[in-house]
Amino acid sequence: MVTLVSRASLWLVLFLACFVAMVAAQDTAFSIQMGTCAVAALAALWFALRGARYDRIARGLPNAPPANTSLYDDEVIRWATIATVFWGMAGFLVGLTIALQLSFPQLNFEPWFNFGRMRPLHTSAVIFAFGGNALIATSFYVVQRTCRARLAFPGLARFVFWGYQLFIVLAATGYLLGVTQGKEYAEPEWYVDLWLTVVWVAYLVVFAFTIVRRSEPHIYVANWFYLSFIITVAMLHLVNNMAIPVSFLGARSISFFGGVQGAMVQWWYGHNAVGFFLTAGFLGMMYYFVPKQAQRPVYSYRLSIIHFWALIFLYIWAGPHHLHYTALPDWAQTLGMVFSVMLWMPSWGGMINGLMTLNGAWDKLRTDPILRMFVMSLAFYGMSTFEGPMMSVKSVNSLSHYTNWTIGHVHSGALGWNGMVTFGALYYMVPRLWGRAQLYSLRMVNWHFWTATLGIVFYAASMWVAGITQGLMWREYGADGYLVNSFADGVAAIHPMYVLRAFGGLLYLIGACVMTYNIWRTIAIGDQRDEKPLHNIDQNRDNDRPLGQHVAVPAE
Amino acid sequence: MMPEEPKTSKRVDEATNTETMGHEWDGIEELNTPLPRWWLYTFYACIAFAIGYAVVYPSVPLLKGGTEGTAGWTSRGALAKEMDAEKAERAPILAALAATPIEDLPGKPELMRQAVAGGRAAFKVNCVQCHGAGAAGSIGYPNLNDDDWLWGGSLTEIQQTLTHGIRYPGDDQTRMSLMPSFGHDKILTPAQVQDAASYVRSLSGLEPKGAAAQRGSAIFATNCVACHGPEGKGGRQFGAPNLTDRIWLYGGSREQVVGSITNAHAGVMPAWSQRLDPVTIKMLAAYVHSLGGGEAFAPPAPDPAPAAPAAAAK
Repeated sequence: MVTLVSRASLWLVLFLACFVAMVAAQDTAFSIQMGTCAVAALAALWFALRGARYDRIARGLPNAPPANTSLYDDEVIRWATIATVFWGMAGFLVGLTIALQLSFPQLNFEPWFNFGRMRPLHTSAVIFAFGGNALIATSFYVVQRTCRARLAFPGLARFVFWGYQLFIVLAATGYLLGVTQGKEYAEPEWYVDLWLTVVWVAYLVVFAFTIVRRSEPHIYVANWFYLSFIITVAMLHLVNNMAIPVSFLGARSISFFGGVQGAMVQWWYGHNAVGFFLTAGFLGMMYYFVPKQAQRPVYSYRLSIIHFWALIFLYIWAGPHHLHYTALPDWAQTLGMVFSVMLWMPSWGGMINGLMTLNGAWDKLRTDPILRMFVMSLAFYGMSTFEGPMMSVKSVNSLSHYTNWTIGHVHSGALGWNGMVTFGALYYMVPRLWGRAQLYSLRMVNWHFWTATLGIVFYAASMWVAGITQGLMWREYGADGYLVNSFADGVAAIHPMYVLRAFGGLLYLIGACVMTYNIWRTIAIGDQRDEKPLHNIDQNRDNDRPLGQHVAVPAE
Repeated sequence: MMPEEPKTSKRVDEATNTETMGHEWDGIEELNTPLPRWWLYTFYACIAFAIGYAVVYPSVPLLKGGTEGTAGWTSRGALAKEMDAEKAERAPILAALAATPIEDLPGKPELMRQAVAGGRAAFKVNCVQCHGAGAAGSIGYPNLNDDDWLWGGSLTEIQQTLTHGIRYPGDDQTRMSLMPSFGHDKILTPAQVQDAASYVRSLSGLEPKGAAAQRGSAIFATNCVACHGPEGKGGRQFGAPNLTDRIWLYGGSREQVVGSITNAHAGVMPAWSQRLDPVTIKMLAAYVHSLGGGEAFAPPAPDPAPAAPAAAAK
């Protein structure tokens, strides 16, 4: 009773605060954003009251009936899985849209749908919404199973999920309204940052305390990576977003850091967002799902220890390579470069450990499309993590910086590594989470694999050509010693590459549509397509339970 | 398969003939494979390279600045060196250009060629934003490839326009004129504006010389000839466009012409002498002159000094 009342009054207070902020707002955008928050708080209040078990409260029992502790707490994982698919589709669609906007500028619709507002919408949707939900879903899935324990604080875990969705909605609608603090990958303004901080601390608490409650003597390597991702992202987020609001009722703020210090802090954040969000977190995913799908032991325990600590220690210093040949002091540029070069092998440690785990199971690649997805993902991971250190070398960077080569590099990592490993994990989890014997269609997984791979090839190859073309045209001097090309000449030269890139994005989106249909059909109908069979591993469902107190569900 | 093994026992994996660590999580085991040698040695090599690079180049932050590195390299120094080398290479040409008045350039073809090359490069940096990469202009920004000049197309006239700009605040020799906003300021009624537009468009054959154009002709004679001339052929003294050709700075459609008469345009070009050195301006003038519409020097140039700012004619 006390819990219910305090929870409901918390939502009520939050609703009233947001409502007041909406009415008293200094600008329209802030008013709309606070209105969104008020609606969210009201929805939370409604569900708290409606979901309450008054019959139990009347009998003096706790509101929530005791959970079935013989099974893992998978409800929030199911929500996050659906959210991953949903935001993935949204993010890929916006990505294709802005690729077309660059090819055909007439597609910019002022002011809400111009490239400047749509680009952060794309990057945030794919990194934070698609990738973030994938990380929440898989981290909760993996930590329970490798600790053989249920989630600590299940209520808080639900708050993490819904709070994170609110963060995504506030960020996305804010961009279209023109609300941004102008920091790449950290565009949301101060009030959204504060909200994310609350959500993220809750995430850390749930994850860390689930590890504390484990029934296994050791902590599995996947959980090291997840934990380092959660802790480091919290630190990066707090430092880079330090700002003073212009008004507590307005959407604008002034950053703590200015000038070259501001640039340095931003790229310390930006690079480690890649390093810990898109690398460490996704390596956690890889370390669980690859050995599970290959049904093989992890290649080398020692390699996992060494490459984990080397990666964690080296990544955090590499940010200055984003600021080569700028006002940043030379010593910082040098350090950014040499730490990136040293990072090459620690990054490859993850690839080796993933790929070599297939020793003794390589034949499965012929028949298992999900395993194929994981292997392609690791291949792209290896390519990107070689390309990155190479591009950080100053002489290479003087050619590649500010060109589309960078865009190609990022997408071979994002589409290839992050996308493919996520798709594989989704295909692995969905039948297990919804209690289906098998996916609707494994052939469709295969189609998805090929369209996505082909899409990435078009994307990365066209952007490499475009980037090197730009780099060479910008630095071309004629025999008279004068610049040969204007900036617009370079833009005109890469137009065909822009169109090819959009085509690659279209293929990738088509693959994702096939996945969405396949997953929807598995969840909603649960039948299986009549097709020539492909191999998939057995689910071994009897073993998919927490250890320890195997308490049967008590009778009410 | 694997979970059947007792949990803490190390066993030898058959496929790889490697011992496991004896741990197991949800069926996942780990092999006790040593670090791949090539991986380890490449990692060491990268670290050695990093240390060596950090010794040679600036790398360690100190209380003030940082270590300088044994090579004595700085990015500012490297840039200055490259720029100096470029400058030294160009110095003789630039000196020759500085010493040659623009009037004498046509007589020195080699120097003219150099000037055009330098002007082409400077144009790509400074001018393409408005005039376009091919200098073809767009609405409000003149095409520089044709021979239709607002303020004159000889080398000296182009140089004058570049140096002092057009309607550029803060330069008292800037080219100046101001067309009245005939409609907005109620000098003409909307109907009169329509008639004037008909007449103006009839001058280049865009409309037949009908009744509206006839009425417009009278309005034109009273209000427009002072700048645009009795035949509408314009006047360079005021930068007044020739209305009899089909080249339109602000568009020749009916709406556009009515709009121009109602709310007059007054395009601005910067006085580039505030940003560029005189030699670069000379080179730019030579380049623009070379684009196809360059004119010879006007024979009766009675007034080589900048023309006094022409007051707006009423």
